[in-house]
Amino acid sequence: MKTPARGYVNPLREPEDRRLPRVAGPCGMVIFGVTGDLSRKKLMPAIYDLANRGLLPPGFSVVGYARRDWVDQDFAKIVHDSVREHARTDFREEVWGQLAEGLRFVSGDFEDDQAFEALRQTIQDLDRVRGTGGNHAFYLSIPPKFFGAVVQQLKEHGLADEAMGSWRRVVIEKPFGHDLESAKELQAELGSVFPSGSVFRIDHYLGKETVQNILAMRFANTMFEPLWNSNFVDSVQITMAEDIGIGGRAGYYDGIGAARDVIQNHLLQLMALTAMEEPSSFDARSLHAEKLKVLEAVQLPRRLDLSSARGQYAAGWAGGVKVPGYHDEADIPKSSKTETYAAVRLNIDNRRWSGVPFYLRTGKRLGRRVTEVAVQFKKAPHQPFRREAIEELTHNALVIRVQPDEGVTLRFGSKVPGTQMEIRDVNMDFAYGGSFTEASPEAYERLILDVLLGEPPLFPRHEEVEASWRILDPLVDYWEHHGKPEAYPSGTWGPASADAMLARDGRTWRRP
Amino acid sequence: MTTKLEDTDAAGIAAALLEARRAAGSPAMGMVMTLVIVCHEEDTEESIRIAQEAAREHPSRLLAVVMGSSRGAAEISAEIRAGSGTYGEMALIRLNGEVAKHADSVVLPLLLPDSPVVVWWPSAAPTDPATDPIGRLGTRRITDAAEVRTGKTRAMLIQCESYAPGNTDLAWTRITGWRALLAAALDQIHGKVTAVDITSERISPSAELLGGWLAARLKAPVTRHRSDGPGITEVRLATRAGDVRILREDGRSAVLSVPGQPDRPVALRRRPIPELLSEELRRLDPDEIYEETVRWLSNHDLKRRPKRASSNGRPNKQNGRSGRTASKRRTAKKSRS
Repeated sequence: MKTPARGYVNPLREPEDRRLPRVAGPCGMVIFGVTGDLSRKKLMPAIYDLANRGLLPPGFSVVGYARRDWVDQDFAKIVHDSVREHARTDFREEVWGQLAEGLRFVSGDFEDDQAFEALRQTIQDLDRVRGTGGNHAFYLSIPPKFFGAVVQQLKEHGLADEAMGSWRRVVIEKPFGHDLESAKELQAELGSVFPSGSVFRIDHYLGKETVQNILAMRFANTMFEPLWNSNFVDSVQITMAEDIGIGGRAGYYDGIGAARDVIQNHLLQLMALTAMEEPSSFDARSLHAEKLKVLEAVQLPRRLDLSSARGQYAAGWAGGVKVPGYHDEADIPKSSKTETYAAVRLNIDNRRWSGVPFYLRTGKRLGRRVTEVAVQFKKAPHQPFRREAIEELTHNALVIRVQPDEGVTLRFGSKVPGTQMEIRDVNMDFAYGGSFTEASPEAYERLILDVLLGEPPLFPRHEEVEASWRILDPLVDYWEHHGKPEAYPSGTWGPASADAMLARDGRTWRRP
Repeated sequence: MTTKLEDTDAAGIAAALLEARRAAGSPAMGMVMTLVIVCHEEDTEESIRIAQEAAREHPSRLLAVVMGSSRGAAEISAEIRAGSGTYGEMALIRLNGEVAKHADSVVLPLLLPDSPVVVWWPSAAPTDPATDPIGRLGTRRITDAAEVRTGKTRAMLIQCESYAPGNTDLAWTRITGWRALLAAALDQIHGKVTAVDITSERISPSAELLGGWLAARLKAPVTRHRSDGPGITEVRLATRAGDVRILREDGRSAVLSVPGQPDRPVALRRRPIPELLSEELRRLDPDEIYEETVRWLSNHDLKRRPKRASSNGRPNKQNGRSGRTASKRRTAKKSRS
């Protein structure tokens, strides 16, 4: 919400009135690369769902920009179909009607001066007929190599200029560079056009309820935080596994690999949220400060050969389906050394976490699709029970299940019913799906709304991105010059070297 | 799965609930609250259906208490439903004879431990829900003036006067969409609102509440006008810059007019009851804004207003909160084109 200058207080707004949703002021969104998968499967449906929940301002407009020979109606049809197919909430004519009136399409490529001029006209037009008030977000749903060209075009055609009392914002999706240097270049390109507060980097994981719940769980409760340190925590395992292969993304994926694709952003962000100190408040500045602090304390182990592992999926059977190996995928050169599985041990050099390893792993074609943060606690220093009684008792654990089946699992020991004293691990589950069914919005809904409201707490800032590259660059560089990824059969939990890496520390990977 | 119990008591019902949960193969309790529905035989199935739809968002133990005649010997019968097609679990409890006067004694042992209790009266509600024996068990008490068969406005006024923290009425929930739009409009138009006009069908507890809210918040006179509905059809806020106007004639989509901006269509649907109930269950603490609104209404002379006239927006200083001493001052119906 724009805070007006003259100390105006809206008499109808009251912090206690929590039924009233946060609705952004008049604005519109321009989507570049509107014909892409992400736009059709996520952005459009999320915009519709927001409208359906009454969270978009009246007059909200969407301008599609792509190299297609379309007019507004063709675009509207595409949006209509993708909303019908992918929206989370029911399709309602009146909501669609509200949205459809504000759909525009501009045809052109990223070099096309005429098209950008047409875009400027369209936006001005919308300000007039839809009352978008000069407030526009540019969503760059395009390959990152075009980011620079597009923002330059926006600048040249005056599209990045904020008129008095209005805003212009730019939204980009990962990857934010492929190493520290390129991330800095990207920041320089964006920063020369948009001030850093107007650049929103979307990491859709951070929009997920479960991820935000990490903060709620840690800082709203008393019973976890006292244990959340090296006195009680043995290790932390952060996993993001996918059961799919690279599909048709060879062009993007080959040469990038799992570490850059996932560890650099999602996993390091999850790790930062899990490990950071309590922020002084939940505004963007305090959150960034704490995340940055912990990221800067992260150290790669000295012996990268002993504390990292990588792999490439080989042909095999995954979930009952025969699937090709990475080298058999279309457009992947036989000599490719790109890893599809990456695991690494990281240390955090601060008082809270000293000596507690954080194991991060990600991969494609693994056992199942799952993302989780598992905090394993130390074993009790003394057990009054006989050794046989606790043979089946392992580490206590707290698992934050990010997806699917969002929730929290607590694992602890319990007596097995019967006359003998025998203790075994049991799980206690909190499932979002069970306790707050269906209300949980898609990550993109939350993130788009935050862009329109101008609330950046859930978006990583460029300092965080650069700190993450600083952690990862030496590892990727080491891999570049030493050996090659180890093959692992599709549908399993990764290469043997990853298991060996944990075995050296006397631990094993959780089966998530 | 349905289990029928005849001539039972609270312990019998509790045992059957536990049994049904075990039989469904899920002994874990993911339920977040107990929702007690107090209803009459003819509303029962519909109310249960609504509550179960709302329970998709808030898995709860549903206790539907059906009050029979309080004459004759006490008799409790119950139906337990759990498993497929139901979220959480549910018991339909029929009370006949003397026990109907002591329904709270049946409900109390069946509340989930240490979690919120919500009591919902789908149609007729007690005049003072907070002191009602079952209402007293609840942290939230939900009434619905618009579903009362006769005397809807009166029913709402009664609820206004007997307000206690934790009470709300679905007539209030119905106007959340209007309130959100009006608040959003005043984010942009910063002048003082000098007058408010609300047009609705003749009997509309929601319009009364919307008027009370706007009057209390904006300190501006509110005038009511009549239309054929459905529900509220128009709200107009007069400001120095011009009128903010929301016109909704079909109960589905509205047109928002703000000075200096083009008219825009807005979806503003009349929501079905399960959605209203879901919204109510989302926040279980007292609704302070509702309190402010009902206090305003019961402090003003709305009660004595003839059907077609309007209320005077100025606060009345001398009266208490009972409303019985409310001022007789009235303004003639103002008419805006």
